[in-house]
Amino acid sequence: MSSFDKSMALTGQPPKALSLTQRISTLVGFSGLAILLLAAFGVDFPNKGLWMSLSILMILGGVIWYTVLSYGQKTKGIKNDGVWFKSISSMGFWGWMAGIAITTFYIVLYFFPEFLGLVKGSKNTGVIALFDPLSRALSGNPASQWFVYGTLYTLAILAFGVKFIWKYRHNRYEIIRTISVMFFQTAFAFIIPEIMARLNGSIPYYDLKNIWPLNYYNFERYRINGFISSGDIGLALLIFGILSVFVISPILTYRYGKRWYCSWVCGCGGLAETAGDAFRQLSDKTIKAWKIERWVVHSIVVFVTLMTTAVIYSYLGNDTSKYWLTKSSFLIGVTLLLTLVFGWAMLFKRKQLQKDAQYGAIGYFIIIIALIGLHQFSGEGNIFLFKSETLRKSYGFLIGSIFSGVIGTGFYPIFGNRVWCRFGCPMAAILGFQQKLFSRFRITTNGGQCISCGNCSTYCEMGIDVRAYAQKGENIVRSSCVGCGICSAVCPRGVLKLENGPLEGRIEANQVLLGNDVDLMDLVNSK
Amino acid sequence: MEHIIIIGNGIAGVTAARHIRKHSDRRITIISAETDYFFSRTALMYVYMGHMKFEHIKPYEDHFWAKNHIELVRGYVTRVDPVKKTLTLGNSGDFIYDKLIIATGSKPNKFGWPGQDLGGVQGLYSKQDLDLLESNAPDNQVCKRAVIVGGGLIGIELAEMLSTRNIPVTFLVREKNFWDGVLPDGEAQMINEHIREHHIDLRLQTNLVEIIPDDNGRVKAVGTDKEDTIPCNLVGLTPGVTPNIGFLQDSGIETARGVLVNRYLETSQADIYAIGDCAEQREAIDRRRPIEAVWYTGRMMGETVAQTICGNRIPYNPGHWFNSAKFFDIEYQTYGWVFSNRNKSANELHFHWRHPEEKICVTLAYDKDSRKFLGINTFGIRMRHEVFNRWLNKERTIDHVMEYLVDANFDPEFYQTYERQILDLYNQQMGTQIKPAKKSLKRIFQLG
Repeated sequence: MSSFDKSMALTGQPPKALSLTQRISTLVGFSGLAILLLAAFGVDFPNKGLWMSLSILMILGGVIWYTVLSYGQKTKGIKNDGVWFKSISSMGFWGWMAGIAITTFYIVLYFFPEFLGLVKGSKNTGVIALFDPLSRALSGNPASQWFVYGTLYTLAILAFGVKFIWKYRHNRYEIIRTISVMFFQTAFAFIIPEIMARLNGSIPYYDLKNIWPLNYYNFERYRINGFISSGDIGLALLIFGILSVFVISPILTYRYGKRWYCSWVCGCGGLAETAGDAFRQLSDKTIKAWKIERWVVHSIVVFVTLMTTAVIYSYLGNDTSKYWLTKSSFLIGVTLLLTLVFGWAMLFKRKQLQKDAQYGAIGYFIIIIALIGLHQFSGEGNIFLFKSETLRKSYGFLIGSIFSGVIGTGFYPIFGNRVWCRFGCPMAAILGFQQKLFSRFRITTNGGQCISCGNCSTYCEMGIDVRAYAQKGENIVRSSCVGCGICSAVCPRGVLKLENGPLEGRIEANQVLLGNDVDLMDLVNSK
Repeated sequence: MEHIIIIGNGIAGVTAARHIRKHSDRRITIISAETDYFFSRTALMYVYMGHMKFEHIKPYEDHFWAKNHIELVRGYVTRVDPVKKTLTLGNSGDFIYDKLIIATGSKPNKFGWPGQDLGGVQGLYSKQDLDLLESNAPDNQVCKRAVIVGGGLIGIELAEMLSTRNIPVTFLVREKNFWDGVLPDGEAQMINEHIREHHIDLRLQTNLVEIIPDDNGRVKAVGTDKEDTIPCNLVGLTPGVTPNIGFLQDSGIETARGVLVNRYLETSQADIYAIGDCAEQREAIDRRRPIEAVWYTGRMMGETVAQTICGNRIPYNPGHWFNSAKFFDIEYQTYGWVFSNRNKSANELHFHWRHPEEKICVTLAYDKDSRKFLGINTFGIRMRHEVFNRWLNKERTIDHVMEYLVDANFDPEFYQTYERQILDLYNQQMGTQIKPAKKSLKRIFQLG
């Protein structure tokens, strides 16, 4: 329909054309990447610290320069001009190229780290060796592929965080939220764990803001042993890990919705909101996508619950005199907790669940309880029909690596920036369950002001059809909403507001919108 | 089964169809010459700007209509026969209706300017206009300058659209300020500044005299009453819209500028109704204009006529006036009545506050004698519809509104708030000592 075609060229007419200076800034950023690529292909840089710093500075500088060029000349406000004309942001040629490049990177990172220069039991080479000086400075150890990844990840959040802030500089919610994700990534995910490793070698790497089931491995045997053998600090961390699942996150989600985590703290969310911002409009908004999303993400919750239960079960003992928590008391505890949650939702919140959600919940509940019941009949370490080790490995491979990394980030330019958060993240699903049923958070629709334009739905990275609610005058209370606030920002008529308010009247569907005959509204809405 | 035919698939017709479907299982057919599916007309601009693709501005997925048994017909109605109760479509023969809803919307005004039908001269209303614009002004090579005529909402939207493709725009406005017939002076002047901030060549109190053709019958330049000749490749005619009812000429349905309707939205002919932009009220409602070409009123008429058609005959009785728009980066909302300096009565007084640097301002209108709050215009601060509706219902005074203004704020969290500054100026001007109330969720959501 548009006479603009998605050509491969970066040239062309405004608003998709890049100016000369914009092209130079892009070149600077890519040159920074090129240094890393050359190192990966075996170029042995002499002064590693210097070249790594140069690379990082060029990437950072390139992105920030580009940002200033893009938004500096414009008045503040929503600037989505040409988003659907540009090849990179509309699934054109450059979008696919970027998708393939990132996907390749993840495959190498997870499955072929030797290509990055990881040498087991010997000195690193390649791009990993380039990061040795920085790693030594922080933790005292040589770099690993994960250190390189962590550094680049943090760099991406910081560089594109600056871009995001500049783009939304009229919007204080977006500015503060972005500073928050930049801080949590840099401090909690990057610096603190490295320093902790320096201070106390036996503490497992622990990104404090990662909560089970996002860090599905947190309660594995080697980690538990690591925590317990590290004295008070280790024990405190373990207790914090448990509290954050059962106490801290429910309280915060009740008060603020799951956004406190997903778009203020989480690293996956942080990358999606900053580096992934250019792709948020690509998420699928159809009802079909929504149906797939709900089945996939909740199946993963069931998977991770079973897997974790099996793993913990496998290393617990049977003798109460040795340790208070035994195999059977643990299983009874899990069963009790799941029954309580299930019973509460079914008894008190059934009205807010769709029919298929109810069937799904009942089905999964029966499966879990049946499997837990089965443990009596299966051998040691072999509950749920499979070996716990098999479950753990396949979860780590399928969900931990393939879904969250390769697909979750690699497919940003194809499926949008929240593919993982939407279809895969079990943590998001659990927080979402609570957000839907027991939270003060909602997106309020402003009376009858909606003009059905579709900006909110288009720019919703979670694929929520926000407009479908807004044009009915209905508040948006969706479990998947991460509270990024962009729907509200792009709304041209001031219709949407993220807020925390009383539970009463949080969800109300209007047949007739505010503005019409009062009697007619009462008549129709009361049905 | 009774067959309801709706001509026009805009917001008015589609709202009527949806509500008739909610209340009944009558057969519903929507006929449109414009597009296969309903889209949001107000969002057409975003397609040209590249914010959305056309498919994004369709509020319902394509399978919605079949699922709800709403039949869609693409075609142009050339004749309506109220006696035989038939419609003639140019391409596919006759339709027989039991009840007919006319919801054909508007078309751009043309005031007989010389050259108004040349190539490169167009309005902006329909999907076809958007396609035409894409071919008339794809970029700043083909379209080296555009001239827009008419200082209203569509004009400023068109200016914003063209500026996203770096096409230089000259904007001719007849009045002394932009949208001067609607906005009080302070606000209109602020918008003038903002238009110029976006490098638009805004020429106030300037009229179009003629559009000058080149050898190929396309526009070459325009002449103004300031004796200027402005070379251009596109002329956007945006001096308002007029009901799109040409096809009803010999139908026997009584029309004036629009299709004349009574309070029940019934036309002069039995079983024929008219709603939305194309309807003209025989008797005035409140202080509304007889023809209201506004998204929201189209929707409300649709909601109302559906009741009548389904057996619950009720009059069109809209609540308090409200509206919204966006002028480049400045959001505008209005609740209740605030008239422009030109149109306001002697009893309507205004209190105006404007931010010293930012493009943010509010104007509150109140009655001189009773101090009753009449309405608010707000620019750059979002306000709650529900709260203002309540204040208008309860006929609060302006002092009350000032005291509780914080409850009405609808800006995103962490935004700078201005209630304090607004109230300070108010107290200073009025000699009052009102203290601002604390924000209360209980009051806002009417709990307990």
